[in-house]
Amino acid sequence: MADLEAFRKDVQAWLEENCPPSMRTPMPEEEVVWGGRNATYPNPDSKKWLDAMGAKGWTAPTWPAAYGGGGLSKEENMVLQQELRRIKARPALNSFGIWMLGPALLEFASEQQKQKFIPPIVRGEIRWCQGYSEPGAGSDLAGLQTSAVLDGDTYTVNGQKVWTSYADKADWIFCLVRTDKTVKHDGISFLLFDMASPGVSTKPIKLISGYSPFCETFFDDVKVPADQLVGELNKGWTIAKRLLQHERAMISGMGLGGALSGATGQTLAGAAKEYLGDDNGKVADPVVREHITKHNMDSKAFALTMRRVQEEAKAANDVSATSSVFKFFGTELNKRKYELLIETMGTKMLGWEPDDTYSADEIGNTRAWLRSKANSIEGGTSEVQLNIIAKRVLGLPD
Amino acid sequence: MSFVLNEEQQILRDSAKGFIAEKSPVTELRRLRDSNDANGYDTKLWSQMAEMGFAGIIIPEEYGGAGFGYRGLGLVLEEAGRSLTASPLVSTSLLCASALLIGGSEAQKKELLPKIADGSLVMAMAMDEGAHHAPANIAATAGKDGDSYVLNGTKSFVLDGHVAGKLIVAARTHSTPGDKTGTTLFIVDGDAAGLTRTRHSMVDSRNAAEVKLDGVKVSHDNVLGNVDGGFAILDEALDRARIGLSAEMLGGALEAYERTLDYLKERKQFGVVIGSFQGLKHRAAKMFCELELCKSVVADALQAIDERRNDVAQAASLAKSRVGAVFNEVSSEAVQMHGGIGVTDEYEIGFFLKRARVADATFGNVSFHSQRYAELEGY
Ligand SMILES: Cc1cc2nc3c(=O)[nH]c(=O)nc-3n(C[C@H](O)[C@H](O)[C@H](O)COP(=O)(O)OP(=O)(O)OC[C@H]3O[C@@H](n4cnc5c(N)ncnc54)[C@H](O)[C@@H]3O)c2cc1C
Repeated sequence: MADLEAFRKDVQAWLEENCPPSMRTPMPEEEVVWGGRNATYPNPDSKKWLDAMGAKGWTAPTWPAAYGGGGLSKEENMVLQQELRRIKARPALNSFGIWMLGPALLEFASEQQKQKFIPPIVRGEIRWCQGYSEPGAGSDLAGLQTSAVLDGDTYTVNGQKVWTSYADKADWIFCLVRTDKTVKHDGISFLLFDMASPGVSTKPIKLISGYSPFCETFFDDVKVPADQLVGELNKGWTIAKRLLQHERAMISGMGLGGALSGATGQTLAGAAKEYLGDDNGKVADPVVREHITKHNMDSKAFALTMRRVQEEAKAANDVSATSSVFKFFGTELNKRKYELLIETMGTKMLGWEPDDTYSADEIGNTRAWLRSKANSIEGGTSEVQLNIIAKRVLGLPD
Repeated sequence: MSFVLNEEQQILRDSAKGFIAEKSPVTELRRLRDSNDANGYDTKLWSQMAEMGFAGIIIPEEYGGAGFGYRGLGLVLEEAGRSLTASPLVSTSLLCASALLIGGSEAQKKELLPKIADGSLVMAMAMDEGAHHAPANIAATAGKDGDSYVLNGTKSFVLDGHVAGKLIVAARTHSTPGDKTGTTLFIVDGDAAGLTRTRHSMVDSRNAAEVKLDGVKVSHDNVLGNVDGGFAILDEALDRARIGLSAEMLGGALEAYERTLDYLKERKQFGVVIGSFQGLKHRAAKMFCELELCKSVVADALQAIDERRNDVAQAASLAKSRVGAVFNEVSSEAVQMHGGIGVTDEYEIGFFLKRARVADATFGNVSFHSQRYAELEGY
């Protein structure tokens, strides 16, 4: 305990010195940092902040220091997160590498691969994208067809992926490929390669929110060195599933907390008082108030459950497949939050571009509402999560 | 604070589980119902529960209890909920013992708590007067008569009211119904002159009574807490009772759910087990998620009491409202998924449906607590 307090003091001093004041303000969409070879930094402080955090390994605080991680214990990481929250520090880095790939590499990659790939993830030098889905293989992911054929020490990859988030901005891809056509799950391998390789092309797809965060991705005789295969040949499905657990855990976090996406960090109840009126400290519309109450109670119960399950996992009880519980509940909760916000803000949340009527914050919420619809699709749909719970947790047959 | 049970708590839960499974399966509730048992619970079972230490779990050792705290009582209540055990645990060991611990004088605690702990005294809280829980809406009066008070009024839905050796009666010494000030709590003998009690026959076959107070005389030293200050004690005791009852309801909901899951795996239609139909699977998976959340709010609320946190009221309303809604849903779905057999009296699943609604109405239903939660959170 005394050690933790000393650690907290060190963290405080370090943050004081290294977190620029402009990094302690709400983050506008365009200043989100994804790192990578071609990263741009509209606010130069965000580069300083990333470099400082990356050098400490605190973008991935609990990963081993041997691979550039922070090497912190769970307790130390908790202190670090508390201190970051306390000064309202922006996330130094958003990264599929940190959220999804890194944990899978730590578990399944060779020593050489870990040395090569993990440190640049921590420092935000390489931006990764996820090549899982294909036009004919979404929920039925194991039905994927993109092929990789080994000749000597090189794979030749052909096929198409779809819904590849930020494929046009990523440096490398972690890609599921078919290496045996005669079997389904046991014919899939997990391959890493450079998006700058000849034969890789991407085409952005526009979303209902107006943004184009993801792409169709095409592979035409792409050559990949054989030592970029992670794990064993044809055993990629295990890695794929584990990585999905990390992805689901990351996405379910979105259902947490009552704060809205706008830069002001307002709550639903606060917004309701502002847009619908305040009747002696109560939200004036009783029906909306009731809906907000139900939502807030669900959020609180959800947050307590995340904490309970973490504690139980630590105490080594069985918590298998809970990532599906969280993914399902968290994303449905997040969608309900934004539907409720439309009910609360009325036409103020139905604008498209900021103008005299619609503030940037209001538009931000509108776009966040549309984005939230993807939460229960990406990383496996809600229906698929329910199938997983029914089968793995409840033991119901196919 | 920790969600994970410590060793002592695990031992307590296991012994409660074993004891209740052996002595008090759901068939016991059916037996009490079918034999029109005058008490509405098995007195022999209750003394055995007291011997196990369950009756005095929250009572400190200095007053003859086990000193295991509310988390401990919650574990026992959850097990009791699984088998729909009829006993004075809620009325006496949870609600009245809490009121005494919070507001009782040293003399009152010394006299009553050891008797609660050893199972010899059943107590009942007489507060609500209408069809809905409304602890501020007390109309029964307590007029001053020299050094004593004279109580008049009618109380309904008094848990274990017809068998209680003593009752705690909430009556107005001041102000009008709806006002939170001006209520006083009185400890009244079950056989006091002017007191009549009629047992309600309830859908869940458990115990509640109408209590009529017709000029019941109570001496000043039987005031619990301060004159006019009863509401604060009642409300705090009620929050603990709401949380404890949520634990019981969680047990009932889990049991109804698990029985249904077993049925989904064994009942065959169209040549396959019905659990292979996605229309049922998805509903089962959703209920699982809801129940996971219920476990967390109950555990958190029980700890809130033991740790004397300042958000016990919010935690109580969150737990009671959430578990109430989920128990209602799970018990309805359980009946539906059982098909025709689910609506027969012979099958036990319907007992859970009935208990769910009575428990929801007890100490404030889902709407009452949603409303209260919003108020406590400042919107
Ligand atoms: C914003 C966003 C970002 C994404 N990013 C990436 C990425 O970076 N990389 C990547 O590889 N993929 C990505 N995806 C793809 C995502 O994983 C797929 O969209 C998802 O798995 C669903 O597949 P699908 O779109 O083909 O829908 P389908 O599988 O065709 O599903 C259509 C509908 O059928 C339902 N359904 C399907 N099967 C069943 C079943 N067995 N039982 C019940 N219902 C069923 C689904 O729930 C859904 O409602 C992203 C998706 C989104 C929305």
